[in-house]
Amino acid sequence: MSRLRVALVDYGAGNLVSIGQALEVVGAEVRLVRDGDELRAAEALVVPGVGAAAPAMARLAERGLVEPIRRWIEDRRPYLGICLGLQLLFEESDEDGARTFGVLPGRTVELVNAPTLPHIGWNQVVRRREHPLFAGIAPAADFYFVHSYAGRPAPGADTVALADTVHGEAFVSAIARGPLLGVQFHPERSGRDGLRLIANFAALARDDALEAA
Amino acid sequence: MLRRRVIPCLDVSDGRVVKGTRFVDLTDEGDPPELAERYAAEGADEIVFLDIGAAPEGRGTLLEIVERTARRAFIPLTVGGGVRSVEEMRDVLRAGADKVSLNTAAVADPDLVARCATRFGRQAVVVAIDARRLVPASGGPGRADAAGDPARRSRPGGADPAWEVLVRGGREVTGLDAVAWAERAVALGAGELLVTSIDRDGTQAGFDTALLRAISSRVRVPVIASGGAAGPADFVAAIVEGGADAVLAASIFHRRLHSIAAVKAAMAAAGLSVRLAPAGGA
Repeated sequence: MSRLRVALVDYGAGNLVSIGQALEVVGAEVRLVRDGDELRAAEALVVPGVGAAAPAMARLAERGLVEPIRRWIEDRRPYLGICLGLQLLFEESDEDGARTFGVLPGRTVELVNAPTLPHIGWNQVVRRREHPLFAGIAPAADFYFVHSYAGRPAPGADTVALADTVHGEAFVSAIARGPLLGVQFHPERSGRDGLRLIANFAALARDDALEAA
Repeated sequence: MLRRRVIPCLDVSDGRVVKGTRFVDLTDEGDPPELAERYAAEGADEIVFLDIGAAPEGRGTLLEIVERTARRAFIPLTVGGGVRSVEEMRDVLRAGADKVSLNTAAVADPDLVARCATRFGRQAVVVAIDARRLVPASGGPGRADAAGDPARRSRPGGADPAWEVLVRGGREVTGLDAVAWAERAVALGAGELLVTSIDRDGTQAGFDTALLRAISSRVRVPVIASGGAAGPADFVAAIVEGGADAVLAASIFHRRLHSIAAVKAAMAAAGLSVRLAPAGGA
Protein backbone atom coordinates (compact mmCIF):
# COMPACT_ATOMS: atom_id res chain seq x y z
CA MET A 1 0.00 0.00 0.00
CA SER A 2 1.40 3.41 -0.91
CA ARG A 3 2.11 5.85 1.85
CA LEU A 4 -0.42 8.60 2.48
CA ARG A 5 0.96 11.94 1.30
CA VAL A 6 0.27 14.45 4.05
CA ALA A 7 0.76 18.18 3.65
CA LEU A 8 1.78 19.72 6.96
CA VAL A 9 1.20 23.45 6.92
CA ASP A 10 4.27 25.35 8.04
CA TYR A 11 3.39 28.90 8.98
CA GLY A 12 5.83 29.45 11.80
CA ALA A 13 3.35 28.69 14.58
CA GLY A 14 5.15 26.27 16.83
CA ASN A 15 6.50 22.78 16.95
CA LEU A 16 6.32 20.93 13.63
CA VAL A 17 8.89 18.31 14.55
CA SER A 18 6.65 16.30 16.83
CA ILE A 19 3.59 16.23 14.56
CA GLY A 20 5.82 15.48 11.55
CA GLN A 21 7.51 12.67 13.46
CA ALA A 22 4.20 11.30 14.68
CA LEU A 23 2.80 11.23 11.12
CA GLU A 24 5.91 9.42 9.91
CA VAL A 25 5.72 6.93 12.76
CA VAL A 26 2.20 5.96 11.61
CA GLY A 27 3.43 5.48 8.05
CA ALA A 28 2.57 8.75 6.32
CA GLU A 29 4.83 10.64 3.98
CA VAL A 30 5.06 14.21 5.24
CA ARG A 31 5.72 17.30 3.20
CA LEU A 32 6.04 20.71 4.83
CA VAL A 33 3.88 23.14 2.90
CA ARG A 34 4.79 26.80 2.73
CA ASP A 35 2.74 27.90 -0.27
CA GLY A 36 -0.49 26.98 -1.99
CA ASP A 37 1.10 25.17 -4.97
CA GLU A 38 2.65 22.63 -2.66
CA LEU A 39 -0.80 21.42 -1.64
CA ARG A 40 -1.49 19.90 -5.05
CA ALA A 41 0.17 16.53 -4.57
CA ALA A 42 -1.22 16.01 -1.09
CA GLU A 43 -3.93 13.55 -0.07
CA ALA A 44 -4.48 14.90 3.43
CA LEU A 45 -3.89 18.23 5.12
CA VAL A 46 -2.76 18.74 8.70
CA VAL A 47 -2.89 22.25 10.14
CA PRO A 48 -1.08 22.40 13.46
CA GLY A 49 -0.23 25.50 15.43
CA VAL A 50 -0.36 27.19 18.78
CA GLY A 51 -0.80 30.84 19.60
CA ALA A 52 -3.04 33.64 18.48
CA ALA A 53 -5.30 33.64 15.44
CA ALA A 54 -4.45 37.05 13.94
CA PRO A 55 -0.71 36.49 13.41
CA ALA A 56 -1.47 32.96 12.19
CA MET A 57 -3.96 34.21 9.58
CA ALA A 58 -1.51 36.95 8.59
CA ARG A 59 1.28 34.44 8.02
CA LEU A 60 -1.03 32.11 6.09
CA ALA A 61 -2.00 35.10 3.93
CA GLU A 62 1.66 36.07 3.37
CA ARG A 63 2.33 32.58 2.08
CA GLY A 64 -0.71 32.54 -0.17
CA LEU A 65 -2.25 29.69 1.80
CA VAL A 66 -5.60 31.11 2.88
CA GLU A 67 -7.52 30.49 -0.36
CA PRO A 68 -5.93 27.10 -1.13
CA ILE A 69 -6.82 25.87 2.37
CA ARG A 70 -10.36 27.23 2.03
CA ARG A 71 -10.72 25.45 -1.32
CA TRP A 72 -9.32 22.26 0.18
CA ILE A 73 -12.03 22.32 2.83
CA GLU A 74 -14.76 23.20 0.31
CA ASP A 75 -13.63 20.30 -1.88
CA ARG A 76 -14.26 18.06 1.12
CA ARG A 77 -10.74 16.71 1.31
CA PRO A 78 -9.28 15.24 4.54
CA TYR A 79 -8.33 17.94 7.02
CA LEU A 80 -7.03 17.57 10.57
CA GLY A 81 -6.75 20.76 12.56
CA ILE A 82 -4.77 20.62 15.78
CA CYS A 83 -5.26 23.27 18.48
CA LEU A 84 -5.08 26.56 16.56
CA GLY A 85 -5.68 24.52 13.38
CA LEU A 86 -9.10 23.66 14.83
CA GLN A 87 -9.87 27.15 16.12
CA LEU A 88 -9.17 28.66 12.68
CA LEU A 89 -12.13 26.71 11.26
CA PHE A 90 -14.59 28.90 13.17
CA GLU A 91 -15.66 32.38 12.10
CA GLU A 92 -13.83 34.66 14.45
CA SER A 93 -11.52 34.64 17.45
CA ASP A 94 -12.23 36.63 20.60
CA GLU A 95 -8.50 36.65 21.34
CA ASP A 96 -7.73 39.38 18.84
CA GLY A 97 -10.85 39.75 16.74
CA ALA A 98 -9.25 37.91 13.83
CA ARG A 99 -11.54 36.72 11.06
CA THR A 100 -10.78 33.05 10.51
CA PHE A 101 -11.86 30.50 7.88
CA GLY A 102 -15.48 30.47 8.94
CA VAL A 103 -16.26 26.99 7.66
CA LEU A 104 -17.80 26.10 11.02
CA PRO A 105 -20.48 28.34 12.55
CA GLY A 106 -19.23 29.66 15.86
CA ARG A 107 -16.35 31.52 17.38
CA THR A 108 -13.20 30.99 19.38
CA VAL A 109 -13.69 32.07 22.98
CA GLU A 110 -11.57 32.29 26.10
CA LEU A 111 -12.05 29.68 28.84
CA VAL A 112 -13.17 32.39 31.24
CA ASN A 113 -14.12 30.04 34.09
CA ALA A 114 -10.85 28.12 34.06
CA PRO A 115 -9.15 27.87 37.47
CA THR A 116 -5.75 28.10 35.77
CA LEU A 117 -5.07 29.63 32.40
CA PRO A 118 -3.54 28.67 30.02
CA HIS A 119 -5.07 25.22 30.31
CA ILE A 120 -1.85 23.20 30.26
CA GLY A 121 -1.64 19.49 30.87
CA TRP A 122 -3.42 16.20 30.44
CA ASN A 123 -7.18 16.16 30.61
CA GLN A 124 -9.98 13.79 29.77
CA VAL A 125 -11.52 13.89 26.32
CA VAL A 126 -15.06 12.59 26.80
CA ARG A 127 -16.75 11.50 23.62
CA ARG A 128 -20.33 12.39 22.77
CA ARG A 129 -20.54 9.77 20.06
CA GLU A 130 -18.46 7.10 18.44
CA HIS A 131 -16.24 8.05 15.55
CA PRO A 132 -13.49 6.10 13.77
CA LEU A 133 -11.00 8.90 14.56
CA PHE A 134 -11.09 7.53 18.12
CA ALA A 135 -11.12 3.84 17.22
CA GLY A 136 -9.26 1.82 19.83
CA ILE A 137 -9.19 4.72 22.29
CA ALA A 138 -11.10 4.68 25.60
CA PRO A 139 -14.26 6.84 25.70
CA ALA A 140 -12.69 9.21 28.23
CA ALA A 141 -8.96 9.04 27.47
CA ASP A 142 -6.39 11.59 28.57
CA PHE A 143 -4.80 13.89 26.00
CA TYR A 144 -2.41 16.82 26.35
CA PHE A 145 -3.71 20.40 26.09
CA VAL A 146 -1.92 23.73 25.81
CA HIS A 147 -4.34 26.61 25.13
CA SER A 148 -6.42 29.42 26.59
CA TYR A 149 -9.13 29.62 23.93
CA ALA A 150 -11.40 27.05 22.34
CA GLY A 151 -13.80 27.00 19.42
CA ARG A 152 -17.43 27.19 20.46
CA PRO A 153 -19.94 26.01 17.86
CA ALA A 154 -22.86 28.38 17.34
CA PRO A 155 -26.17 27.41 18.99
CA GLY A 156 -27.76 24.66 16.95
CA ALA A 157 -24.45 23.91 15.19
CA ASP A 158 -22.96 21.71 17.86
CA THR A 159 -23.68 18.53 15.93
CA VAL A 160 -20.07 18.87 14.79
CA ALA A 161 -18.93 18.31 18.39
CA LEU A 162 -17.37 14.92 18.88
CA ALA A 163 -15.97 15.23 22.40
CA ASP A 164 -15.89 17.56 25.38
CA THR A 165 -13.38 18.38 28.08
CA VAL A 166 -13.88 20.18 31.38
CA HIS A 167 -11.55 22.81 32.79
CA GLY A 168 -13.67 25.06 34.95
CA GLU A 169 -16.27 24.74 32.21
CA ALA A 170 -16.96 22.23 29.46
CA PHE A 171 -15.62 23.03 26.01
CA VAL A 172 -15.62 21.14 22.73
CA SER A 173 -12.31 19.31 22.43
CA ALA A 174 -12.88 17.45 19.15
CA ILE A 175 -15.06 18.05 16.10
CA ALA A 176 -15.93 16.05 13.01
CA ARG A 177 -17.94 16.97 9.95
CA GLY A 178 -17.28 14.52 7.16
CA PRO A 179 -13.63 14.86 6.15
CA LEU A 180 -13.17 17.92 8.36
CA LEU A 181 -11.65 16.93 11.69
CA GLY A 182 -10.26 18.99 14.50
CA VAL A 183 -8.87 18.43 17.98
CA GLN A 184 -8.10 21.06 20.62
CA PHE A 185 -5.50 18.82 22.26
CA HIS A 186 -2.13 17.74 20.89
CA PRO A 187 -2.26 14.11 19.73
CA GLU A 188 1.40 14.34 18.71
CA ARG A 189 2.20 14.98 22.38
CA SER A 190 -0.29 12.55 23.89
CA GLY A 191 1.71 9.34 23.90
CA ARG A 192 0.21 6.10 22.66
CA ASP A 193 -3.41 7.26 22.38
CA GLY A 194 -2.27 10.33 20.47
CA LEU A 195 -0.36 8.23 17.97
CA ARG A 196 -3.39 5.98 17.66
CA LEU A 197 -5.58 8.96 16.77
CA ILE A 198 -3.09 10.15 14.16
CA ALA A 199 -2.91 6.65 12.73
CA ASN A 200 -6.71 6.55 12.58
CA PHE A 201 -6.78 9.84 10.70
CA ALA A 202 -4.16 8.61 8.23
CA ALA A 203 -6.06 5.35 7.63
CA LEU A 204 -9.39 7.15 7.14
CA ALA A 205 -7.83 9.62 4.72
CA ARG A 206 -6.03 6.91 2.78
CA ASP A 207 -9.15 4.76 2.49
CA ASP A 208 -11.30 7.75 1.60
CA ALA A 209 -13.54 6.71 4.48
CA LEU A 210 -14.19 10.08 6.06
CA GLU A 211 -17.35 11.02 4.19
CA ALA A 212 -19.01 7.93 5.59
CA ALA A 213 -17.58 8.33 9.11
CA MET B 1 -10.55 17.14 35.08
CA LEU B 2 -7.08 18.53 34.57
CA ARG B 3 -4.44 16.14 35.85
CA ARG B 4 -1.64 17.22 38.16
CA ARG B 5 1.58 16.69 36.26
CA VAL B 6 4.72 14.85 37.28
CA ILE B 7 7.68 16.17 35.32
CA PRO B 8 11.17 14.71 35.31
CA CYS B 9 13.74 17.41 34.70
CA LEU B 10 16.82 16.76 32.62
CA ASP B 11 19.52 19.24 33.54
CA VAL B 12 21.94 19.04 30.66
CA SER B 13 25.52 20.20 30.40
CA ASP B 14 27.84 19.36 27.52
CA GLY B 15 25.28 16.95 26.11
CA ARG B 16 24.86 14.87 29.26
CA VAL B 17 22.21 14.88 31.96
CA VAL B 18 23.76 16.16 35.17
CA LYS B 19 22.54 16.89 38.65
CA GLY B 20 24.21 18.83 41.41
CA THR B 21 23.40 20.04 44.87
CA ARG B 22 22.32 23.68 45.01
CA PHE B 23 23.48 24.15 41.42
CA VAL B 24 27.07 22.97 42.01
CA ASP B 25 28.93 19.64 42.33
CA LEU B 26 27.52 18.27 39.09
CA THR B 27 27.46 14.51 38.50
CA ASP B 28 26.77 12.65 35.25
CA GLU B 29 23.34 11.00 35.15
CA GLY B 30 22.97 9.79 31.56
CA ASP B 31 22.09 10.47 27.91
CA PRO B 32 19.25 13.04 27.50
CA PRO B 33 17.20 11.36 24.75
CA GLU B 34 17.55 7.96 26.38
CA LEU B 35 16.31 9.26 29.72
CA ALA B 36 13.47 11.19 28.10
CA GLU B 37 12.26 8.08 26.31
CA ARG B 38 12.47 6.03 29.49
CA TYR B 39 10.45 8.61 31.41
CA ALA B 40 7.80 8.81 28.71
CA ALA B 41 7.38 5.05 28.87
CA GLU B 42 7.18 5.18 32.67
CA GLY B 43 4.33 7.70 32.65
CA ALA B 44 6.00 11.12 32.80
CA ASP B 45 3.46 13.78 31.88
CA GLU B 46 6.02 16.09 30.38
CA ILE B 47 9.78 16.53 30.18
CA VAL B 48 11.68 19.66 31.12
CA PHE B 49 15.10 19.98 29.62
CA LEU B 50 17.39 22.66 31.00
CA ASP B 51 20.74 23.39 29.38
CA ILE B 52 22.30 24.54 32.62
CA GLY B 53 25.67 25.05 31.00
CA ALA B 54 24.19 27.62 28.65
CA ALA B 55 23.58 30.69 30.77
CA PRO B 56 26.90 30.88 32.63
CA GLU B 57 29.07 30.30 29.58
CA GLY B 58 26.84 32.26 27.22
CA ARG B 59 26.42 29.31 24.88
CA GLY B 60 23.39 28.70 22.72
CA THR B 61 21.02 25.87 23.39
CA LEU B 62 22.13 22.51 22.10
CA LEU B 63 19.56 22.20 19.33
CA GLU B 64 20.77 18.86 18.13
CA ILE B 65 20.11 17.25 21.50
CA VAL B 66 16.74 18.95 21.73
CA GLU B 67 15.86 17.47 18.37
CA ARG B 68 17.06 13.98 19.27
CA THR B 69 15.12 14.17 22.54
CA ALA B 70 11.94 15.43 20.90
CA ARG B 71 12.03 12.64 18.31
CA ARG B 72 12.07 9.90 20.91
CA ALA B 73 9.45 11.02 23.42
CA PHE B 74 5.91 11.81 22.22
CA ILE B 75 5.09 13.82 25.30
CA PRO B 76 5.56 17.57 25.76
CA LEU B 77 9.04 18.98 26.00
CA THR B 78 9.99 22.29 27.60
CA VAL B 79 13.47 23.56 26.89
CA GLY B 80 15.41 26.23 28.71
CA GLY B 81 18.93 27.50 28.91
CA GLY B 82 20.58 30.28 26.99
CA VAL B 83 17.56 31.52 25.03
CA ARG B 84 17.96 35.28 24.71
CA SER B 85 15.90 36.30 21.69
CA VAL B 86 12.73 35.61 19.73
CA GLU B 87 14.91 34.06 17.00
CA GLU B 88 16.59 31.70 19.44
CA MET B 89 13.21 30.70 20.82
CA ARG B 90 11.98 30.05 17.30
CA ASP B 91 14.98 27.78 16.68
CA VAL B 92 14.32 25.81 19.86
CA LEU B 93 10.64 25.36 18.95
CA ARG B 94 11.62 24.30 15.45
CA ALA B 95 14.02 21.75 16.92
CA GLY B 96 11.04 20.08 18.58
CA ALA B 97 10.34 21.85 21.84
CA ASP B 98 6.74 22.72 22.75
CA LYS B 99 7.63 25.39 25.28
CA VAL B 100 10.69 27.45 26.03
CA SER B 101 11.67 28.53 29.49
CA LEU B 102 13.29 31.93 29.99
CA ASN B 103 15.25 32.74 33.10
CA THR B 104 18.35 34.95 33.09
CA ALA B 105 17.40 36.61 29.81
CA ALA B 106 13.91 37.45 31.06
CA VAL B 107 15.32 39.26 34.09
CA ALA B 108 17.86 41.12 31.96
CA ASP B 109 15.29 42.00 29.29
CA PRO B 110 11.73 41.62 30.63
CA ASP B 111 10.28 42.77 27.32
CA LEU B 112 11.67 39.55 25.81
CA VAL B 113 8.85 37.71 27.59
CA ALA B 114 6.31 39.96 25.88
CA ARG B 115 7.95 39.63 22.45
CA CYS B 116 8.09 35.83 22.69
CA ALA B 117 4.48 35.62 23.90
CA THR B 118 3.30 37.83 21.05
CA ARG B 119 5.17 35.75 18.50
CA PHE B 120 4.48 32.21 19.75
CA GLY B 121 1.57 32.58 22.16
CA ARG B 122 1.87 32.81 25.92
CA GLN B 123 1.34 29.08 26.36
CA ALA B 124 4.76 28.50 24.79
CA VAL B 125 6.53 30.84 27.21
CA VAL B 126 7.60 29.53 30.60
CA VAL B 127 9.39 31.90 32.95
CA ALA B 128 11.74 30.05 35.29
CA ILE B 129 12.34 31.72 38.64
CA ASP B 130 15.21 30.63 40.86
CA ALA B 131 14.35 31.93 44.29
CA ARG B 132 16.26 32.05 47.56
CA ARG B 133 14.68 32.78 50.89
CA LEU B 134 15.78 36.03 52.46
CA VAL B 135 16.92 35.65 56.02
CA PRO B 136 15.75 38.62 58.09
CA ALA B 137 18.53 40.81 59.44
CA SER B 138 17.35 40.45 63.03
CA GLY B 139 18.23 37.27 64.90
CA GLY B 140 15.73 34.50 65.43
CA PRO B 141 15.30 30.95 66.52
CA GLY B 142 15.46 29.45 63.05
CA ARG B 143 18.39 31.26 61.53
CA ALA B 144 21.10 28.80 62.44
CA ASP B 145 19.61 26.00 60.37
CA ALA B 146 19.91 27.17 56.79
CA ALA B 147 18.36 24.04 55.26
CA GLY B 148 15.77 23.61 57.98
CA ASP B 149 12.12 24.45 58.20
CA PRO B 150 11.60 27.66 56.24
CA ALA B 151 8.49 28.62 58.18
CA ARG B 152 10.53 28.61 61.34
CA ARG B 153 13.41 30.49 59.79
CA SER B 154 11.26 33.26 58.35
CA ARG B 155 9.33 34.19 61.41
CA PRO B 156 11.84 36.13 63.52
CA GLY B 157 10.70 39.69 63.70
CA GLY B 158 7.21 38.61 62.64
CA ALA B 159 7.76 39.67 59.03
CA ASP B 160 6.24 37.74 56.12
CA PRO B 161 8.71 35.46 54.40
CA ALA B 162 10.34 36.84 51.29
CA TRP B 163 12.46 35.41 48.50
CA GLU B 164 14.90 36.99 46.10
CA VAL B 165 15.49 36.05 42.49
CA LEU B 166 18.86 34.71 41.42
CA VAL B 167 20.02 34.28 37.82
CA ARG B 168 22.90 32.75 35.88
CA GLY B 169 22.34 29.32 37.36
CA GLY B 170 21.99 30.67 40.88
CA ARG B 171 25.28 32.57 40.77
CA GLU B 172 24.02 36.11 40.56
CA VAL B 173 21.74 38.01 42.93
CA THR B 174 19.25 40.35 41.25
CA GLY B 175 17.60 42.11 44.17
CA LEU B 176 14.20 41.28 42.65
CA ASP B 177 11.46 40.02 44.94
CA ALA B 178 10.42 36.60 43.65
CA VAL B 179 6.67 37.09 44.11
CA ALA B 180 6.70 40.53 42.49
CA TRP B 181 8.78 39.20 39.60
CA ALA B 182 6.38 36.27 39.17
CA GLU B 183 3.42 38.64 38.88
CA ARG B 184 5.28 40.87 36.46
CA ALA B 185 6.39 37.93 34.32
CA VAL B 186 2.78 36.78 34.00
CA ALA B 187 1.64 40.31 33.15
CA LEU B 188 4.32 40.40 30.45
CA GLY B 189 3.11 37.15 28.90
CA ALA B 190 4.45 34.11 30.75
CA GLY B 191 2.02 31.22 30.33
CA GLU B 192 3.56 29.13 33.07
CA LEU B 193 6.04 29.60 35.92
CA LEU B 194 8.75 27.13 36.89
CA VAL B 195 9.58 28.01 40.47
CA THR B 196 12.77 26.56 41.91
CA SER B 197 13.85 26.94 45.50
CA ILE B 198 17.62 27.29 45.42
CA ASP B 199 17.73 26.58 49.15
CA ARG B 200 16.13 23.20 48.54
CA ASP B 201 17.49 22.26 45.10
CA GLY B 202 19.24 18.90 45.27
CA THR B 203 18.93 18.74 49.07
CA GLN B 204 15.91 16.38 49.18
CA ALA B 205 14.59 18.51 52.06
CA GLY B 206 11.15 18.86 50.44
CA PHE B 207 9.72 21.68 48.32
CA ASP B 208 9.53 25.20 49.73
CA THR B 209 5.74 25.13 49.91
CA ALA B 210 5.56 28.64 51.40
CA LEU B 211 7.34 30.00 48.32
CA LEU B 212 5.01 28.04 46.04
CA ARG B 213 1.92 29.25 47.88
CA ALA B 214 3.14 32.85 47.87
CA ILE B 215 3.40 32.71 44.07
CA SER B 216 0.52 30.38 43.14
CA SER B 217 -1.92 32.48 45.17
CA ARG B 218 -0.98 35.56 43.15
CA VAL B 219 -1.06 34.26 39.58
CA ARG B 220 -3.57 32.40 37.43
CA VAL B 221 -1.06 30.56 35.25
CA PRO B 222 0.09 27.06 36.23
CA VAL B 223 2.99 26.90 38.67
CA ILE B 224 5.52 24.08 38.41
CA ALA B 225 7.21 23.28 41.72
CA SER B 226 10.91 22.51 41.64
CA GLY B 227 13.77 21.99 44.04
CA GLY B 228 13.92 19.61 46.97
CA ALA B 229 11.83 16.53 46.16
CA ALA B 230 12.78 13.56 48.30
CA GLY B 231 9.76 11.31 48.10
CA PRO B 232 6.11 10.99 46.99
CA ALA B 233 4.81 12.91 50.03
CA ASP B 234 6.71 16.00 48.88
CA PHE B 235 4.86 15.97 45.55
CA VAL B 236 1.54 15.89 47.37
CA ALA B 237 2.64 18.76 49.64
CA ALA B 238 3.75 20.91 46.70
CA ILE B 239 0.22 20.67 45.29
CA VAL B 240 -1.91 20.63 48.43
CA GLU B 241 0.11 23.11 50.51
CA GLY B 242 1.95 24.97 47.76
CA GLY B 243 -0.91 25.23 45.26
CA ALA B 244 1.34 23.96 42.46
CA ASP B 245 -0.20 22.60 39.29
CA ALA B 246 2.73 20.38 38.43
CA VAL B 247 5.76 19.01 40.21
CA LEU B 248 9.22 18.64 38.82
CA ALA B 249 12.11 16.53 40.07
CA ALA B 250 15.42 15.25 38.77
CA SER B 251 17.69 13.21 40.98
CA ILE B 252 15.08 11.03 42.68
CA PHE B 253 14.00 9.80 39.24
CA HIS B 254 17.44 9.61 37.63
CA ARG B 255 18.77 7.59 40.54
CA ARG B 256 15.62 5.44 40.64
CA LEU B 257 15.00 6.30 44.27
CA HIS B 258 11.30 6.57 43.44
CA SER B 259 9.39 5.69 40.29
CA ILE B 260 7.00 8.05 38.56
CA ALA B 261 4.29 5.45 39.13
CA ALA B 262 4.95 5.43 42.88
CA VAL B 263 4.75 9.21 43.01
CA LYS B 264 1.48 9.21 41.09
CA ALA B 265 0.03 6.46 43.26
CA ALA B 266 0.73 8.59 46.33
CA MET B 267 -0.86 11.60 44.66
CA ALA B 268 -3.95 9.59 43.72
CA ALA B 269 -4.19 8.22 47.27
CA ALA B 270 -4.17 11.83 48.49
CA GLY B 271 -7.18 12.55 46.29
CA LEU B 272 -5.30 14.35 43.52
CA SER B 273 -6.24 13.82 39.90
CA VAL B 274 -3.39 12.14 38.02
CA ARG B 275 -2.96 10.35 34.73
CA LEU B 276 -2.26 6.78 35.75
CA ALA B 277 -2.00 5.12 32.37
CA PRO B 278 1.48 5.54 30.93
CA ALA B 279 1.65 7.39 27.65
CA GLY B 280 3.97 4.85 26.07
CA GLY B 281 7.28 5.72 24.50
CA ALA B 282 6.58 4.86 20.86
